[in-house]
Amino acid sequence: MSARERVAGTVANYVDERTGAAKWLKKNLKKVFPDHWSFMLGEVVLYSFIILLLSGTFLTFWFDPSMREVEYEGSYEPLEGLKMSAAYASTLHISFDVRGGLLMRQIHHWAALIFMAAMVAHLLRVFFTGAFRKPREMNWVIGVGLLTLGIVEGFLGYSLPDDLLSGTGIRIAEAIIQAVPVVGSYLAYFVFGGAFPGEVFIPRIYTVHVLLIPGIFLALITAHLMLVWYQKHTQYPGPGRTEKNVVGYPLLPVYMAKAGGFFFIVFGVTAFLGAVASINPVWLFGPYTPGQISAGSQPDWYMGWLDGLVRMAPPLETHAFGHTISWNILIPGLIIPGIIFTGMALYPFIESWMTGDKREHHLLDRPRNNPNRTALGAMSLTFMLVALINGGNDLIATHFDLSINQIMWGTRIGIIVLPPLVFVITKRICLSLQRADRDLVLHGRETGRLVMLPHGEFIEVHEPLTPERAYLLTQHEQLPALAVPETDEMGVANPQGARGKLRARLSRASQEQIPKPSVDEIRELESGHH
Amino acid sequence: MARISRYRRHRLAGPVLLLIALSTVGAGFSMARAETTKVVAAQSDKATLIAEGKEIFARGCSSCHGLNAEGAGIAPSLIGVGAASVDFQVATGRMPMADMSQQAMRKRPVYNEREIAALAAYVASLAPGPAAVTNEELAWERDGNTAQGGELFRNNCAMCHNFAAQGGALTAGKYAPTLMGVEPRHIYEAMLTGPQAMPVFSDKVLTPQEKLSIIKWIKHAEEEPAIGGAALGRVGPVTEGLLAWVLGLGIFIGIAVWLTTKAR
Amino acid sequence: MSKELTPIADPGLPEHQHRKTDVDPRAAKKAERQVAILFSLSALGTVLFVYAYVGIDQDLLIFLPILGNTNAHQLFLGLGLAMALFFIGMGAVHWAKTLMPDHEVVDYRKEQRSTDEDRAAFVEAAKEGAAAAGIGRRPVIKRTLGLALGLVGISPILLLRDLGPLPEDELEKTNWAAGVRLVTDPGDRPIKPSDLEVGGVAQVQPAFPAGKKRKLEDIAKDSVLLIRVRPEEFNLDPERLSWTHEGIIAFSKICSHMGCAVALYEQTTKHLLCPCHQSTFDVTRAAKVIFGPAARPLPQLQIGVDNEGYLIAKAPFNEAVGPSFWERDSA
Repeated sequence: MSARERVAGTVANYVDERTGAAKWLKKNLKKVFPDHWSFMLGEVVLYSFIILLLSGTFLTFWFDPSMREVEYEGSYEPLEGLKMSAAYASTLHISFDVRGGLLMRQIHHWAALIFMAAMVAHLLRVFFTGAFRKPREMNWVIGVGLLTLGIVEGFLGYSLPDDLLSGTGIRIAEAIIQAVPVVGSYLAYFVFGGAFPGEVFIPRIYTVHVLLIPGIFLALITAHLMLVWYQKHTQYPGPGRTEKNVVGYPLLPVYMAKAGGFFFIVFGVTAFLGAVASINPVWLFGPYTPGQISAGSQPDWYMGWLDGLVRMAPPLETHAFGHTISWNILIPGLIIPGIIFTGMALYPFIESWMTGDKREHHLLDRPRNNPNRTALGAMSLTFMLVALINGGNDLIATHFDLSINQIMWGTRIGIIVLPPLVFVITKRICLSLQRADRDLVLHGRETGRLVMLPHGEFIEVHEPLTPERAYLLTQHEQLPALAVPETDEMGVANPQGARGKLRARLSRASQEQIPKPSVDEIRELESGHH
Repeated sequence: MARISRYRRHRLAGPVLLLIALSTVGAGFSMARAETTKVVAAQSDKATLIAEGKEIFARGCSSCHGLNAEGAGIAPSLIGVGAASVDFQVATGRMPMADMSQQAMRKRPVYNEREIAALAAYVASLAPGPAAVTNEELAWERDGNTAQGGELFRNNCAMCHNFAAQGGALTAGKYAPTLMGVEPRHIYEAMLTGPQAMPVFSDKVLTPQEKLSIIKWIKHAEEEPAIGGAALGRVGPVTEGLLAWVLGLGIFIGIAVWLTTKAR
Repeated sequence: MSKELTPIADPGLPEHQHRKTDVDPRAAKKAERQVAILFSLSALGTVLFVYAYVGIDQDLLIFLPILGNTNAHQLFLGLGLAMALFFIGMGAVHWAKTLMPDHEVVDYRKEQRSTDEDRAAFVEAAKEGAAAAGIGRRPVIKRTLGLALGLVGISPILLLRDLGPLPEDELEKTNWAAGVRLVTDPGDRPIKPSDLEVGGVAQVQPAFPAGKKRKLEDIAKDSVLLIRVRPEEFNLDPERLSWTHEGIIAFSKICSHMGCAVALYEQTTKHLLCPCHQSTFDVTRAAKVIFGPAARPLPQLQIGVDNEGYLIAKAPFNEAVGPSFWERDSA
C-alpha cells in the first residue's frame, strides 16, 4: 500500500465511522447517467446559476443598493457632475474603477441571459420528449416554478443599477401593480414605500434579488436534482434500452469528468462573451428620472414576450361607478401569463387525464410519435414567438424598413391565427414522419441505385434496414383511444356527461397515429416480393 | 485632455503624431487656397448669389415647391423657412428628394457648397428665417459641456433618436435617423428648424449654449469606444438576447454534441 | 389492432466498439499529449489574466477590427479568464472521451411505488400515531389548533403594513395649481408664448418656490409637454380650446397607459408616440388615442399667461395623471 493510499484510507475511515457514507457512496459512485447532448441543457442552467452566484457575490462587494442622491465624481467623463442615485453611481464605479468589475458585470448579465435561455431550451426538451410523465410530474412543476422565479429574479437584477432603461421597466411594473383591481394603488404604495419611484425600492429588491430568491432557487434546484438522482435519468429509446433499465456511463469517472469539464466550458464561454460583447452598458443610458425615455426601450429577452403582449393589447378600460379597470394591462400583464404558467404546470396531469395513461415512463418519446403533444408545444411556442417579435417591433421596423403599425397589426392578427395553424401543420408533419418511418421499415432504404430487370423494367434497389434501426422506428407503443360509451348497458346516457365526452374526444385526438409496422406485415410483404 | 494623455504612451503615438504633422502642413496649404476663394466670394455680390440661387431653384426645386417657393400639394412652402433649413435639407442630401417615400433620407448631396449657399441665400431673401451656420461658427468644443449635453439629450432627443443617438422608430414607417456622422452644423440647424417630423427647439427653449452641449455630447457618443466589447448596435437588450441564444446557447449545444458523441 | 401483431424484436445493446486509444498505444499517448496541451493552455490563460490585471493600464484603448476601439484591460482580462476556464473543461472532457473507459453500463430501475407491505405498514404507523395523539378523541384540541394555525398567518402579513403609507388621494394630485409658472426642464427658466415657435416643443415642470427641491416623485407626476401648432389646426371642443394659448397646448408627459414619458412628437402629423408600447395620441384632438394599447387621452393642462407674459397653469389637472388605478374616476 502506497503512502498516498494510506492517507486516503485514513480519511475515508474517519468520515465513514461518523457518517456511514460508504454504504451510500459504493452504490452511487457507480450511478449510471445516459449520454445525450440534449441532457446537457439542464446542466447549462445549473452551471449558469453557479456562475451567477459567484459573479453576483463579487458585485455585492461594491454595489451600493441605495437611492440616495449623489453627484457623480468617477472617471466616466460624460456623466461627470450629474445627480444620480448611489446605486447607479456604484454601478459606474464597478464598471470603470474596479479592475475586472466590468468583466464581472458582463459575465453576470450574460450568464443571466443564458441561464434563462438554457432553462427554456431544457423545458422544451423535457416537453417534446415527454420526460415530464409519471413519475416525474413533480419535477416538472418545480421546473415551472424555477422558470417563473427566474423571470422575476432577472427583472429585479437588471433593475438594480437604476439606469434610465431599467427605471422605465420599474415604472411599467409599477403600472401593472397599480392596475390590480381594488387593492392596486395600496399594493403600489406598499411596494414603493409611497409615491413612485420613492427611495426604498432598490434596497428592497436588492434583498429579494441577492437573498430571498437565490435561497428559494437553491432549495428548488436541490430538490430538482435529488429527484433526478433518485428517480434515475430518462433515456432515449434504442436497442437494449427499456423501461426497466438505464444505459449510460458511471458517475465515477466518466460522467464526473464530463460534467465537471462542462462546467468549466460553460464558465469559459460566458467569460468569453463578457470579454468581447458589451451588455447592458448602463453608462450610456444615463441615470433614471421619470421624465426621460429612450426610443426602443425593451426589457431583457425573457420579459420581451410580456412587453410584446402589452404592446398589442387592445385599448380596453372599464369605467364605472367611479372606478377604473385596465383590461389593457390586466389581460396581457397578469391574466395571460397566469393562464400560460398555470397551464404549463398542470400539463402533465392534463395529458395523463386525456390519455388515461397512469403508468411510469422512463423511455422518452420521439416527438413525432406523439403528434398531439408536439403540435401543442409548437403552437405554444408560436404564441410566445409572435409576442416576443412584437416586443421588439420598433427595432424590427427601423432595421427592416417596416412600420410599427404594420408589425403591430401583423402580430395582433398573427397571435390569434398562427398558433392554431401551426398546431394543424405540426400534427400533419408528425403523421407524415410516422408514415415515412413506416415505409422505411416495410420497404427499406432507397439506395438511389437503379437496376434494369431482365424484362426491361427499371426498379430502384431498396436496402433493408438494420435490425437496430427497424427496432428504433417501431419500439414506441400506440395506445388505443379511451372508449367512452355514449350510454351505459342499461341505455342510460353516459353518467360522465359532457366531461366524459370531452375526455373521449381529446383522447381520440391525442391517439391519432399511423399504425406502426409489425413483423407480420414485413413477412407478408417479403413473401409478396418473391 | 485626460483622454489625450492616455494615448501618449501608446506605441502608435509616434506614427500618429507624424501623420498629424503631415496633415497640418497639408491643411495649411489648402487653407491658403481657401483664403483666396473667400476673397473671391466676398467680392461676388450678394445679389448675384441670390440670382444664382433663384436659377438653381427654378431648375431643381420649383417642380415641387412651386416657382416662387410658395409650396404645392406635395411639398411645403419655403417662404420664411430660412437659410438654416435649406442648408440642412440640401447639404445632407435630403433635398432634392429622389422619391416620394415616407420621409427624405440622408444621402450624398446633389449640389456643391456654393450652390447650396446660393439656394440658401435665395430662400432667405424671400422672407426672414433662421440663418445657416458653419461648423467653424459653432464653438461646441469650447462652449459645450458633455454631461449637461447628455442630460439635455436624454430629456429632449433620446425619446426619438435612442439613448446613444442611434435612431429609432416613429409612427407609420417614419423614423428618427441615427446621428452618427452628422456634421455639427446640421445637428444645430435641425434643432433650430425642425425638419420633417422633428419638432423645433427654439433658442429660448434650448439656448444656443445648450444646443452646443448637445452637439458635444453627440460627438462624444460617436467617439465612445467599445468599452465592454462589441457594441451590438447600441440598441438595448434585443440584440443582447439574440446573441445569448444564437452564440451562447449555440456554442453550448455544439460542445454538448461533441461531448456526448463516442470517440472513435 | 397492432396489439395482435408481433412487434419487431429488440436486438439488444450493440456490441462494444473499441476506440483507437484502446487498441493503439500510440493513439493513447497522442490523446494524453492533447489533454496535457489543453490543460497547459488553461495555465497560459491564467498567466494572461494576471498580466492584464497588473500590467495593462485600466484605460488603455486599442483598435481591433469588428470591435473598434476597445478597452484592452477589460478585453484581455476577460480573454485570459475565458481561456483559463474553457481549456480546463476541454481537457477534462477530452480525457474522459478518449482515455477513460467507454463501456456503457446497464443499471436496472425499480418502480417508484413502495411494496404493498410497506404501504400497509406506513398506514398502520400513521394511524397509530394519530391515535396516540388522540386527535380524533379530543375535538376541542383539533378545533382550537385549527383556529390558531389559521390566525397565525395574519401576523406576518400585518407586519408588512408599514412598508408604505396609504395612497389616500395622492395619485390624483400634482404640483400644478392656478398661477404656477411653466419652467423648462432642465434649466428652470420661465417661458413666454413667443419663445415657442410653431412646430416647437418644450419639456416643462411647474416652477417651485425657492428652496423647494424637485424630487423624482414630483417629476413622475408633474412632467408636461408643451406643443405649439397653428391655432387653426386644433380640432377641439370650445372648452378644451380655451385651455390652450395662442396655439400652445400642454399635455401630461406621463403616459396614461403605463407611465412612460410620452414625448415623441411628430411635427408633420401632430402625433405623439409613446416609445414603450407605441400608443399614439393626436395632439390636435386633445391627445385622443389613435393607435396602441392606451385607453385614455393624455390629461390636458389648462394654460394661460400671467401679467408678466409668462406661461402659467390656469388650474390643476382636472384628472389623475399617469396609469389607471382602481379608485380613479375616469368616467
